[in-house]
Amino acid sequence: MSEETKTSLNRREFFSFLAVGWITFGAATAGMASLIFRFLYPNVVFEPAMDFVAGFPDDYPEGVDERWKNGFGVWIYKKDGKLVAMSNICTHLGCIPTWLPAESKFKCPCHGSGYYPNGINFEGPAPRPLERFKIYRNTEGKIIVDKTKVFRYEKGEWTADGAFIEV
Amino acid sequence: MIKEAINYLSDPLYSFTGLMILFYLSLKRIDIVGTKKFGIGLLVFTLVTFGWMVADPIFFSIISLPDNIPIIILNALVFWSTWFALYKGHQNDLRIEAGGSPLEGTPENREKVWAWPNLVYTELFCGIICTVFLIVWAIFFKAPLEEPANPTWAPNPAKAPWYFLGLQEMLVYFDPWMAGVVLPGIIIVGLIAIPFIDINPKGNGYFTFKERKFAITSFLFGWLILWVYLIQVGTFLRGPNWTFYGPFEFWDFHKVVAENNINLSEIFWIKLFNTGLPKNIFVREIFGIIATLAYLVGFIPLINKKWGKSYLERMGTIRYYLMIFLVLSMMSLPIKMYLRWFINLKYIIAMPEFEFNL
Repeated sequence: MSEETKTSLNRREFFSFLAVGWITFGAATAGMASLIFRFLYPNVVFEPAMDFVAGFPDDYPEGVDERWKNGFGVWIYKKDGKLVAMSNICTHLGCIPTWLPAESKFKCPCHGSGYYPNGINFEGPAPRPLERFKIYRNTEGKIIVDKTKVFRYEKGEWTADGAFIEV
Repeated sequence: MIKEAINYLSDPLYSFTGLMILFYLSLKRIDIVGTKKFGIGLLVFTLVTFGWMVADPIFFSIISLPDNIPIIILNALVFWSTWFALYKGHQNDLRIEAGGSPLEGTPENREKVWAWPNLVYTELFCGIICTVFLIVWAIFFKAPLEEPANPTWAPNPAKAPWYFLGLQEMLVYFDPWMAGVVLPGIIIVGLIAIPFIDINPKGNGYFTFKERKFAITSFLFGWLILWVYLIQVGTFLRGPNWTFYGPFEFWDFHKVVAENNINLSEIFWIKLFNTGLPKNIFVREIFGIIATLAYLVGFIPLINKKWGKSYLERMGTIRYYLMIFLVLSMMSLPIKMYLRWFINLKYIIAMPEFEFNL
């Protein structure tokens, strides 16, 4: 039987074809999957910086200050010689509560969670108080708020170093 | 005066309770509800009441929001189809009681027809009508678009799409994990499981109520009372700050509702024992854990005693306990709602440390 007339594969050739086929298929699938995975991450993200300079402690009146809420999502709260930076994300489902000066509370428009000015939850379904961000003074005495470090009340972190500054 | 009374009575505590009583009565007296006279009377009553309510400027401004119009249509369709099914079921029950067969089982109704063209043509026309309807809708009601999204600001009130407002209303009483993931998951899986759990052949191919009392009642309870009612509340009766407003009440941004929710652990340790919360999380939440387990396990012997025998034999053990689990999960919603209204309970088990709250 000559080479030209051979019509069927032998066992060894069959397996090598099979292997090449599967490897090609696997590589193509993996390539496609990695492209899709890469696509999930945007090239440019327009996010505010995670830390910012918030001026001098004397700039803030007693109570809740909203000046950084729209830019950075942070409320500054000053009370009894302590100054803290609060997250403006509701701990229930992540909506943005509204500060109601007349009622002296934060109230979430999504499910009605309410917080005292210091961030403690008292009404609605919110399971825990608003989170606080790391806050410290730089060498000029200006306040720096660092949103990468979070302090949670239910874990007893509000008294930790960096959770507040004395003013 | 009447409007004030309606505002007062539409508070969830009263309206939910009243609706449950109405639901119970209407299924109890199916011989009245399932008649044409009652249906026409209800239609006339509803139209007159609705016309009177629409004349109120506040109510009109709420229901004429582009987002809320689908719910008016939903209401009409839901009540029509529910009443129609009950009416048909009642007619058949009378026929069966008299010794006959259901209307769908009579010889002239058993004649078979081809799917093509009888069914496919109907479907085609339904599709065309729906498309025309949606196009006309899109032309006449503009999409309620707002300014570009801003991650540091939320509209007040911030409402979900109308079909999710039942879920959003449920979230008022639960942790997002429960009302956003676990309970919807149970609803979907439970609905898929119904044909496998419910193997009773009665009612296949014909309307009936008497032969399928439990199945119809429990389904209608979950659908009408829990899902549709909560959509109504979430859509029409929740205003700024997700505060409750009656249908004729002005959405006053500064309406203050006295509310101070506490966890079960705080009720026990602080209010009853006056000791302060224990440090250990599991000791702190022990009463909630016991209550939850008692609810999930403790009711089973009671149910078994009352209805269990016949159902257990007919359905088999696995189906029976799956059904009980589904019913108990469904009933956890009204129970949690009443606990919130009566004792301002926030969570039965509150473990924010692990993001676990029941």
